[in-house]
Amino acid sequence: MIKIHVIAAALVFALSGGAFAQEHVATLRAGAPLDEQGELPQIAKRLNTDLRQVRNYPEQPPLIPHKIDGYQIDINVNKCLTCHSRAAVGVSQAPMVSITHFMNRENQFLASVTPRRYFCTQCHVPQSDAPDLVENTFVDVDQVLEYVAGTKAGDH
Amino acid sequence: MLGFAKRIWSAIRRPSVHYSLGFLTMGGFVMGIIFWGGFNTAMELTNTEAFCTSCHEMRDNVYEELKPTIHYSNRSGVRATCPDCHVPHEWTSKVARKMQASKEVWGKLFGTINTREKFLAHRLTLAQNEWTRLEANNSLECRNCHSEESMDITRQSTRAAEAHERFLFTGEKTCINCHKGIAHQLPDMGQASLTGGHSSEAVLTEYLNTE
Repeated sequence: MIKIHVIAAALVFALSGGAFAQEHVATLRAGAPLDEQGELPQIAKRLNTDLRQVRNYPEQPPLIPHKIDGYQIDINVNKCLTCHSRAAVGVSQAPMVSITHFMNRENQFLASVTPRRYFCTQCHVPQSDAPDLVENTFVDVDQVLEYVAGTKAGDH
Repeated sequence: MLGFAKRIWSAIRRPSVHYSLGFLTMGGFVMGIIFWGGFNTAMELTNTEAFCTSCHEMRDNVYEELKPTIHYSNRSGVRATCPDCHVPHEWTSKVARKMQASKEVWGKLFGTINTREKFLAHRLTLAQNEWTRLEANNSLECRNCHSEESMDITRQSTRAAEAHERFLFTGEKTCINCHKGIAHQLPDMGQASLTGGHSSEAVLTEYLNTE
């Protein structure tokens, strides 16, 4: 029943959306006329706290809590691994790359980081203090469970 | 040959016939200034970034790589030029390095690294030369600007402060040990550790060969 409601709502939105979108297209120009330079946002600062961030869901690649300006990751060298490799963490005290990164696509563990996991910044990213461009209503699974438990408690 | 040397020696020993003592001493003094000053000026001319980048080998490879790094563009606008890091500042060591550089002139003349491909092929050797030099002189060229005494680690990130406290202040490591590739791109570091002889691959090869 809920599904049908959602589909109907989507249809209504899609049909009316065409006319609506022409008036209010969201662009990075933020409404500035085409022949004028709009007001530019401040360049956001990179966070460099060195404090590990909470993951929003268990499978999330951990965020990088420090600057990585100029870190070279190419065929010659992976700068991240100079601290995060298995052998380097004794010296650096940085978290070691996950064991999953040693697995090839047949789930066999290799001696070092597998080529398909070599380019760290494909998944791991540093953060900045930039304000959100759009509102984010994401809630993590704990909050969902809490909500479910709450509604169940209300039923009884 | 010996006769020629003897004639020169006797000419030097003979008192001057035409020139006065004043002329000779003053002349010697003035010429000394001109030659010495000229030598130093010429040497300083080779100690500029404009001189280094007048060769395309330096201009198109290492100089281009330097530009996006902190040693070229940064918030305060203070920057390091080529000789700040690659030539000792103290006079005798500087002359010694300049004499070594005659090999680089040889390389220029014979086009050892006159294409990007040749440069990349030689990059490991070239980098290792510099690393060895900086390890031997305790990263002197870094320390010409970055003094340990003036380094306020409370103003550094936690990571940097801890690392400097553990390794730099204890003297366990020197700048270049951790800061390789700070101003130019790195060569194949797997290859670098192989030639260093401490890598697991080198150990493995040795083990396999002994069996």
